[in-house]
Amino acid sequence: MTVLARLDHVTRRFGDVLAVDDVSLDIHSGSILGLLGPNGAGKSTVLTMLQGLRRPSSGTVTLFGGSPGDYRMRQKLGGTPQETALPPTLRVGEVIDFVGRHFEEPLSTAAVAEEFGLGELLKRQTGALSGGQKRRLSVALAFVGQPRLVLLDEPTTGLDVDARRTLWDAVRRQHERGATVVVTSHYLEEIEALAERVVVMGHGRVIADDTVAAVINQVSLRQVRLVTAQADRVSGLPGVVGRDVGDDGSTTFYANDSDRLIVELVRSGIPFSDLTVRGATLEEAFLTLTGATDAPAAPSPSRAEGSSSTRAAQKEMNR
Amino acid sequence: MSTLTPTPAGTAPGTPGRRSALGGRTGILALTLLHARINLVETFRIPAAVIGALVFPGLSLLFFVVPQRTVADNPEFATQAVIALSVFALMSNSLFSFGLTISANREQPWDPYLRTLPAPGIARVLGQVFSTGLMGLVSILPVIAIGALFTAADVTVPRVLTGLVALGISALPFMFIGISIGYSMSSKAAIAVVQIVMFALAFAGGLFLPPYLFADWLDTLSKFLPSRQAREFVIWAVQGGELEPWVWIGILVWTAATFALALLLFRRDEGRRYR
Repeated sequence: MTVLARLDHVTRRFGDVLAVDDVSLDIHSGSILGLLGPNGAGKSTVLTMLQGLRRPSSGTVTLFGGSPGDYRMRQKLGGTPQETALPPTLRVGEVIDFVGRHFEEPLSTAAVAEEFGLGELLKRQTGALSGGQKRRLSVALAFVGQPRLVLLDEPTTGLDVDARRTLWDAVRRQHERGATVVVTSHYLEEIEALAERVVVMGHGRVIADDTVAAVINQVSLRQVRLVTAQADRVSGLPGVVGRDVGDDGSTTFYANDSDRLIVELVRSGIPFSDLTVRGATLEEAFLTLTGATDAPAAPSPSRAEGSSSTRAAQKEMNR
Repeated sequence: MSTLTPTPAGTAPGTPGRRSALGGRTGILALTLLHARINLVETFRIPAAVIGALVFPGLSLLFFVVPQRTVADNPEFATQAVIALSVFALMSNSLFSFGLTISANREQPWDPYLRTLPAPGIARVLGQVFSTGLMGLVSILPVIAIGALFTAADVTVPRVLTGLVALGISALPFMFIGISIGYSMSSKAAIAVVQIVMFALAFAGGLFLPPYLFADWLDTLSKFLPSRQAREFVIWAVQGGELEPWVWIGILVWTAATFALALLLFRRDEGRRYR
């Protein structure tokens, strides 16, 4: 198994914002690697550094043994335009053909169109395509050059379930033909459907790097909400990984096993009321995980994006 | 533990042997023409933009020079006025289309995508030079036609052709200035800067008023500007006479310096998001 690309202690700043914080990562040939994390976790910045669009502030990024900034190293790299931005006046066939001409051994435009269900649309200007069609064309462009390594940044955002499945199938078929794929997503479902290995990022750092099953186990948190005067004691119970104070006097605790937490809670004799239990969203699970690994360091200004409310929640969890 | 794929310097794995960087299917030449062609296809998909570029310089000649019969009826002055407006047309075309197109494109996600393709920076820069240069030369044709029909400008056809070649050469610094503006600022800033640069170069370069009306200090300053050098260079190519060294040395220096700047800014550029 060879390493197609490597990040070695890579840090990237945008002014005061730390988007990627000391990340080391090997991308091995033959796998589908999922990069999972909330918005602003640094996933896209990692991809843009692998594409040679951005340079690391410190550390080294290696692509096929060279620098991604050297265009010759990108001969076997495939990627997609972000936000499905395509030149609106060009026709679908022209765009595929134009991209293909950059590569030594491109697939034929017809073959690409057939694989991604664009055969009927070749004469259409891209400005006339629907969102789903644009998305399919964007992903198709990543595979035109028969790449060894393909980077897909949020490939199915905004697609309905059917369209998403169709696209996943196409990506899997390309993978079976030998392409190594890195896919970023904030949908756990997407990573589950595609990836074998998952790297979870938060605040520009790698929080977890494991098999899909192991990571799913780690991020499937439950929320236990209750009203109590002794929140600190509840936090001390086994299995509690995070805490969030609500506006209404209630406190929400995060735990991998809510059943066990409630047994422990009752056994401890801590007084409480208004108990509710529900599954945590992936976003909440991420925030809890990232909060847990950030302690005891002070909350660093390390989020490239993110709303003030999630940041407030973040501070709460950095107990 | 696995190791990084060992590859000889300069070749990506899977590349069948080392090819000449210039020739071949994905050589710099082929990629330059590819980018030039796709730029032209995009431009021509919006015909109004093309017509605007074609008509504007011709109309300027028609409104500002043709009615002034002292200039229009004098063969030498009329020819020089046609040349000055041709230089102005090509200059404004270069500054505007490069400065504005590039700065606007950098704010679109399609442009960063193109930068991830295996094409060297120079192929994309030269592709833009060729496509805009061709558009610029086409926009000169109405100026020449109006000049021939409605003024006393008098030149033989071979002289017109050498003039066009000279125009193309002397336009290079303007293209590279436009590229540099495009890569160094946002599209809103670029509009303002392009206009200031364009009018400063046009007035001080003797494209609106002939330099013999200039004060001595302005005439001296003017000789350091690429617009003045372009005007003199094309006049020499069309009307003959002596080519003073400051003209061709100036063009060479401006071309080399602005090309280096454009390439530097192009390489440094990482798009405008995240700032």
